[in-house]
Amino acid sequence: MVVERVDHLPLRTDEDLVRARQAVREAAVALGFSLVDQTKIVTAASELARNTIRHGGGGDMQVERLRDGRRSGVRLTFVDQGAGIPDIEQALRDGYTTGGGLGLGLGGARRLMSDLSISSRPAEGTTIVAVRWRQ
Amino acid sequence: MPDPARTRLPDILGRYQQEILDDWTRLQQENLTRRRDLISDQELKRQSTAFLQGIRSSATMDVDVRSAAWQPVRDLLGEISVSRARLGLSPSETATFVFSLKQPLFARLNRELGQDARALAEETWTATSLLDGLGLYTMEVYQKGRDEVIIRQQQELLELSTPVVQLWEGVLGLPLIGTLDSNRTQVVMESLLQQIVDTKAEVAIIDITGVPTVDTLVAQHLLKTVAAARLMGADCIISGIRPQIAQTIVHLGVELGDVVTKSSLADALTVALRRTGFVVTRTAPGEGGR
Amino acid sequence: MERIPILRMGPFLLVTIQVDMHDRLALTLQDDLMTQIRDTSARGVLIDISALDMVDSFIGRMIGNIAAMARVLDAETVVTGMQPAVAITLVELGLSLPGVRTALDVERGMALLTQGRDPQGQRGRRAR
Repeated sequence: MVVERVDHLPLRTDEDLVRARQAVREAAVALGFSLVDQTKIVTAASELARNTIRHGGGGDMQVERLRDGRRSGVRLTFVDQGAGIPDIEQALRDGYTTGGGLGLGLGGARRLMSDLSISSRPAEGTTIVAVRWRQ
Repeated sequence: MPDPARTRLPDILGRYQQEILDDWTRLQQENLTRRRDLISDQELKRQSTAFLQGIRSSATMDVDVRSAAWQPVRDLLGEISVSRARLGLSPSETATFVFSLKQPLFARLNRELGQDARALAEETWTATSLLDGLGLYTMEVYQKGRDEVIIRQQQELLELSTPVVQLWEGVLGLPLIGTLDSNRTQVVMESLLQQIVDTKAEVAIIDITGVPTVDTLVAQHLLKTVAAARLMGADCIISGIRPQIAQTIVHLGVELGDVVTKSSLADALTVALRRTGFVVTRTAPGEGGR
Repeated sequence: MERIPILRMGPFLLVTIQVDMHDRLALTLQDDLMTQIRDTSARGVLIDISALDMVDSFIGRMIGNIAAMARVLDAETVVTGMQPAVAITLVELGLSLPGVRTALDVERGMALLTQGRDPQGQRGRRAR
């Protein structure tokens, strides 16, 4: 598998969130994803990026354009040094929320992407990697 | 691994360029005898000259044909491969473009390095590795082109086999025929939603009379489509549910919720017309137009 | 600071969201709409999202909030023009828009609002 391009974006402010969405949209378009898939990817990215800003105390997003043989894909990595997620399984279940939101962020994002992995430890921060393949 | 700084190929190619070009184009023309009409001599010469110059230039930088230094040559081969495929030439015939260069090139290598067996062996190895790599590359480009055609045709077939019809003003019909797999269902559903926007339909009737079986995945796709249509402002009615399918749906535990279902397309149409504010009346016999 | 304009059309308010909203802007819109519904005694709110190519849970929540708060002030909310890709994604996300009626475009949406809460339920549907 080859990483054809990497982009880094900070995730601290409201404007960063908008920029992040645009960057992910650009990548999805460049990789040839259908409009529906583009929308799913950008929406997942929005959910995850917002989590990083609101619950992770700010962090970074990395957008990688991948090629594995004949198929192409996008890999999004969200990193923060926040309080961490104490119970990942519970967080993935719909409806769970600490921030007064609908709590659909993580579970929803997982449904929209091909693959989502979370590593998080209390007081050590969180890293979330989400991948979506084409075809 | 031969050191690019020391390979003498660029020199030799430069010194004997015209001779190699003449021999090589002659060999190509012989190989292409039955297809001479497809590629003009002029075009052949142009492609061959460009290729030689390309190799000569790239070989001064690197001997790995996969490296960035060889991008221009790969691009050129890509073009040649695509144009020849379009002309109907087989991938072998196209690869011959590259491989037939070996004979004239080796002849000159021998002339230059004949006295130094070791150098001759090294340069021959370098040249053969390069040309083999490039020949294989033309095959890859050909393959990729074919795959893309197949995928595009599959897509078109998919779209053609499930047309969305306008049953009435503001009412769309989607008669599904045959077994539905997850992929096909998704494509069809997305097409339906787009049609709803394009025709400003208020109701879409999805008729599954022609579908022998429905599994959980397909049922879920159908329900998601109905939910999505609703979010957009249109209603869906699922019609043509045969007893067997009704049984399967219950058995699978799929929750239909408040999705409207009708056993026949006719019933569904009646509901749809009412929903869109149409009233159908029958005129007395003899009064109707002819 | 930028705000999304709210148009008044008789007893109704019309909002067209055309930008990739950042969260602050969305919250401001929420506040502005509430104020306007109260100040104008509006009977309905029409939110046109035909230009939005993405709706995530935050925006979804905003729309749901607007509908709920409008209902308290005795006003209906209609959302119009959702793009197919957005609708499909919202369904996948598991997000419904409770208390929100939907229509294909502004014209149909206005028709829904004008009809009021129709007792027969034959026209208009709720985005459950």
